[in-house]
Amino acid sequence: MSGHLLWIFLGAMVVNNFTLSYFLGLCPFFGVSGRLDTAFRLGLANIFVLVITSACAWALDRFILPYAPYLKLISFILVIASVVQFVEMAIKKLSPALFRALGIFLPLITTNCAILGLALFQTNRGYGFLEGIVFAIGAGAGLTLALVLMAGIRVEVELSDVPAAARGTAIQLLIAGILSLAFMGFAGLLGAG
Amino acid sequence: MKARELSVREELLKGLWRENPVLVQVLGMCPSLAVTNTAPNALAMGVATFFVLVGSSFLVSSLRKVIPKPVRISTYIVIIATFVTIADLVLQAFVPGIHKELGAFISLIVVNCVILGRQEAFASRHGIRLAVADAVGMGAGFTFALFLLGATREILGNGTLFGVSLFGPNFEPWVVMILPPGGFLMLGAILLVFGAWKARAAARAKAAAVEPLRKAAA
Repeated sequence: MSGHLLWIFLGAMVVNNFTLSYFLGLCPFFGVSGRLDTAFRLGLANIFVLVITSACAWALDRFILPYAPYLKLISFILVIASVVQFVEMAIKKLSPALFRALGIFLPLITTNCAILGLALFQTNRGYGFLEGIVFAIGAGAGLTLALVLMAGIRVEVELSDVPAAARGTAIQLLIAGILSLAFMGFAGLLGAG
Repeated sequence: MKARELSVREELLKGLWRENPVLVQVLGMCPSLAVTNTAPNALAMGVATFFVLVGSSFLVSSLRKVIPKPVRISTYIVIIATFVTIADLVLQAFVPGIHKELGAFISLIVVNCVILGRQEAFASRHGIRLAVADAVGMGAGFTFALFLLGATREILGNGTLFGVSLFGPNFEPWVVMILPPGGFLMLGAILLVFGAWKARAAARAKAAAVEPLRKAAA
């Protein structure tokens, strides 16, 4: 059982990394990856929201959606929006510095595909409560990993001589492509398990 | 009346090219990269997004005086989610094969930044005609960009377009193009070409502006 959970965790974190192989959570991936510490904090905020979302999605799927399956999308997105609002208020109260650092991207977690994607994948795959939580932590860790890697590389790119036409998003996309190639190397892990 | 006609046309055209949501604003990448591994998938995704965008812009614009400001974002999201649910069910009913391949990404249209962005930036502030024109332009621009990505990735990664073989049996497909890294690389390459082209056009415009002065000086 614990082995099964470990594979869910590893699968979500590196093998099927949300950002690099499902393209989820790209907005913060390109938007907030300018500085290492901000990237790391946003990753942590994401993990937090993901875990709460996972629990909420499980409860909705278990107790409410059997009666009204067509409400799946609407109920998920509403719950996520409220959870993010709550997290935003909590962070504003507890750590104004962090609140300023995350700026506009905290409310934007609502429209972060990764959050809704997690809720949808989790219910599509029929994960239970514990599996869902582990899946959320793995996915969040994967997002954080991708964000931090990207931020680290971008710091280097700032210092190098990039051709004018590639500056901005184009070079970031090419870097992301190469990172994604590197992460494909992890695909063998799951086969071995 | 004439000025209004003009601006409807303007709103229609800007989304297609000058403010293309993918190629210029680089928004809505999650769905555009994940499902553009073949041309049919990309086209289905583009059309679904187009439908959701136009529907929500119409509804948001017609309700803009009724929606209370503090809860407007949640209202937009509920409206968008409703249209996405419709699109999801329709695709499931009529093209089950594509629906299965797109999977959760149809539902993920809800969180496409392009759609919410247009509601907040445009539909909530303009009349129905302008809002729909803006949505049609943006939706068409989005579909065009998605199709461009999907077609190039399918041609390079599979040697086919819409499943029709293009190069004969000797073509060695660039498999990476239909895998996730290919999405990043292809969009990066397209933006690169776009950036170079824009830089050249800007340089030429500048040269054209300077030319008469130079002649006058001579």
